[in-house]
Amino acid sequence: MSTGEEPQVSEPTSGEEASLFEELTGVGLEWRTAILVPALAVFSAMVVGAIIIAVTDIDALRLLGTNPGTALAEMWDSIWGAYKWLFLGSMGSLRAVSETLVQATPLILAGLSVAIGFRAGLFNIGAQGQLLVGGMFALFVGFSIHVPVYLHVPLALLAGALGGAIWGAIPGLLKARTGAHEVITTIMMNFIALRLVDYYLKSSWYQAAGRDDPVSKPIEVSAQLPKLFGFLERSDVRAHLGIVVALLAAYGVYWLLFKTTVGYEFRAVGYNPHGAKYAGMSVTWLIVGVMAVAGALAGLAGSDRILGVLHRGTPGFAGTIGFDAITLALLGRSHPWGVVASGLLFGALRAGGQEMQVNTDISLDLILVIQALIVVFIAAPALIRAIYRVKTAREAERLTTGWST
Amino acid sequence: MELQLRGITKRFPGVLANDRVDLTVRPGEILGLLGENGAGKTTLMNILYGLYSADEGEILVDGVPRTFSGPGDAIAAGIGMVHQHFMLVPVFTVTENVVLGVEPTRGPGIINMRQARRDVAEISSKYGLEVDPDALIESIPVGVQQRVEIIKVLFRDAEVLVFDEPTAVLTPQEVEEFFGILRGLRDAGKAIVFITHKLKEVLEISDRICVLRRGRTVGERAPGEVDEATLAEMMVGRPVELVVQKAPARPGEVVLEVDDLMVFDDRDHPRVKGVTMSVRAGEIVGVAGVQGNGQTELVEALTGMRHPFSGAIRVLGEVVTRESPRGYHQRHVAHVPEDRQRAGLVLGFTVAENLILDSYYGEPFSHWIRMDWDAIRGTGRRLVEEYDIRTPSIEIPVSNLSGGNQQKVIVAREFSRDVRLIIASQPTRGLDVGSIEYIHERIIRQRDTGAAVVIVSTELDEVMALADRLLVMFGGRIVADLDPTSVTSAQVGLYMAGATP
Repeated sequence: MSTGEEPQVSEPTSGEEASLFEELTGVGLEWRTAILVPALAVFSAMVVGAIIIAVTDIDALRLLGTNPGTALAEMWDSIWGAYKWLFLGSMGSLRAVSETLVQATPLILAGLSVAIGFRAGLFNIGAQGQLLVGGMFALFVGFSIHVPVYLHVPLALLAGALGGAIWGAIPGLLKARTGAHEVITTIMMNFIALRLVDYYLKSSWYQAAGRDDPVSKPIEVSAQLPKLFGFLERSDVRAHLGIVVALLAAYGVYWLLFKTTVGYEFRAVGYNPHGAKYAGMSVTWLIVGVMAVAGALAGLAGSDRILGVLHRGTPGFAGTIGFDAITLALLGRSHPWGVVASGLLFGALRAGGQEMQVNTDISLDLILVIQALIVVFIAAPALIRAIYRVKTAREAERLTTGWST
Repeated sequence: MELQLRGITKRFPGVLANDRVDLTVRPGEILGLLGENGAGKTTLMNILYGLYSADEGEILVDGVPRTFSGPGDAIAAGIGMVHQHFMLVPVFTVTENVVLGVEPTRGPGIINMRQARRDVAEISSKYGLEVDPDALIESIPVGVQQRVEIIKVLFRDAEVLVFDEPTAVLTPQEVEEFFGILRGLRDAGKAIVFITHKLKEVLEISDRICVLRRGRTVGERAPGEVDEATLAEMMVGRPVELVVQKAPARPGEVVLEVDDLMVFDDRDHPRVKGVTMSVRAGEIVGVAGVQGNGQTELVEALTGMRHPFSGAIRVLGEVVTRESPRGYHQRHVAHVPEDRQRAGLVLGFTVAENLILDSYYGEPFSHWIRMDWDAIRGTGRRLVEEYDIRTPSIEIPVSNLSGGNQQKVIVAREFSRDVRLIIASQPTRGLDVGSIEYIHERIIRQRDTGAAVVIVSTELDEVMALADRLLVMFGGRIVADLDPTSVTSAQVGLYMAGATP
């Protein structure tokens, strides 16, 4: 072994094959590989989306038998129209860009929450619940105290992060102490959070005076996230400080994961808990810590909805952001910058989708279909590779692994 | 059936895995194919089995050129392969596994299990492979599972049988039985290819030995005309020290004291039942024993990975019985774990990241919580150089390294600290000659600079060669404290089996 010029790499070792987890989450993949599949997945989803637009165009389908030329032209028009409005609605004007940012902000924050869990080997399905609890905390601080804006906004955000962190830490603690699987516990925590929100919105703590339905008091103006383009005095440009918070959070996650000892520990636990224990890390507390940080990020996403957009609490304030976040983290390959990019993409799809629905007769549901297709393509990377005949570095490597004992 | 490989060449990106390899195997002989990890043995066999196609060269069966586009073709041509990792369905019976894919049927789609059972029983008695056709795979030992793999191959009428590192998973007794089976198959006229990197075994069983080095055939020898040293030199390309060279130990102060230690396993069964031992600076204490006699739990207790139930552990006079792994690290204890991929490394981390796995949290690698990647890379480059770790870069995942180099990463990390006590478990398992030599040399160097060393290994030859004092563990207890220079391995073997000579 101490002779021989060439290094002995690419030997088969039991841990070498990319696991399903790695394939899905992108953890541990070389970055070009990590980007290739998501990019192709998005492209493929758009192509399939176009086909769906075409075959759901009933009028054109009727014409197909008698006048195929016109039918195809009409289908093309539908597709063109849909994607044109998708583009214009997300990037065509200041208002469009602003809407994209508004939609993207909570997605990015919640996506970061799921991504940091993936990095530490945890499937945090509970972003939705953490988002709800965080949002409720922020809401409470938003309407119950009276301080200047430069104190009120940070305090409300902090409260939101704290609420989410608590909600995230509970499944973490359960896993660390009892081994209860986080997928199960976080899903259950989502239901609990959902019902708690219903309950509290009708309680005297939260409910707006004179209302019977579950709607909270409005937050103080001082707790509202300031508008980014407030000086333009345009009410249709809603972009607010939340996007800055989201980008700072993304940088924070990046810094934490890759520049600090804590991140080193998170990643070590994610790859190999036993190895982390060997290295002298406290696996128990790391799991709790990761889940708390993930919860805090989701809590910020909930706060963003309340403080930045709605300015009050309603049962549906979190939408499905916590679940879309899972898609987002997968598409972003669990990397903070990947999450930002996919968050902006999903935000654009949503903002553009609304414009598309208004201006064409294509339903906003198309966006959901495209999102779902993206997940399908990401979850089946082999499909993408087969379609585009690309080999990932890892696969090429796997082929070469057999050459030694 | 005579099988001939002629001028086989196979290139992988950046690597010439096989370079004009010639190989012939005839009926009624055992061909030993010897080579280090990465010499191209498995690639060659995968080409033979139709898993890869050769870039150049041809395969001749009884003088007729053949091309195999998949294992199916190879099997049809009478070539059978027993892989290192078995390909059996654990919840199926022996018979079900053997016939899987080629089930005898009566009528369309109806398996004739009775016929299948009869065939399996017939093959196993014909070749002396004792196997219960109705046993579930998960309930039979590894050695018997291997026989099932052999029956599978014979059931498919193989005339050429290829065994890829077949002894790696077997106990010494099972190896003996396995060799009996091989001889039986040879005498029945089968052609056998036995792939290994173990010199002793290849000399014992082969009729002809072919040595591969870096993709090339470097020579063919009859076992009678060579010895281990010659083969090792052919394999590695330079003279290899097979005997461990060391000066007599100069034991100093007591470093490790273990007092009446009891350790339970995960299922709360006592595994270490009252071990008392002490190790001095400058000596190597070997702990021999058959796998499963409490060594694993003993090592875990001595490194903080598992808390003992009772008893006491002292390092340099300080009680550390219930310390965490980090507590041990900080008391200058190095741990080379038994399962390097599970415990000793984080496979997804880069080489540099793995080299700081248990010291990342302090200076110079981090300041408060900020990692100092420059310092980490600097240390990484230095250790890669100093410990001769073969890697194209310190920034690639350690999973890309060979087993020997992965072990060197662990050794480099553990030995480069200021170490007073080394606990090494199976330090050379699965490594090739060159790496073993290197790791032994490093361990002895640590001893000579004053570290106390505990080597736990199931390879008796290894502990006998390295240890200055030899403890034998049986049934959770130390049953013998011996001077390795004055006992034979047969005597130690008796202690290992629980007998008192």
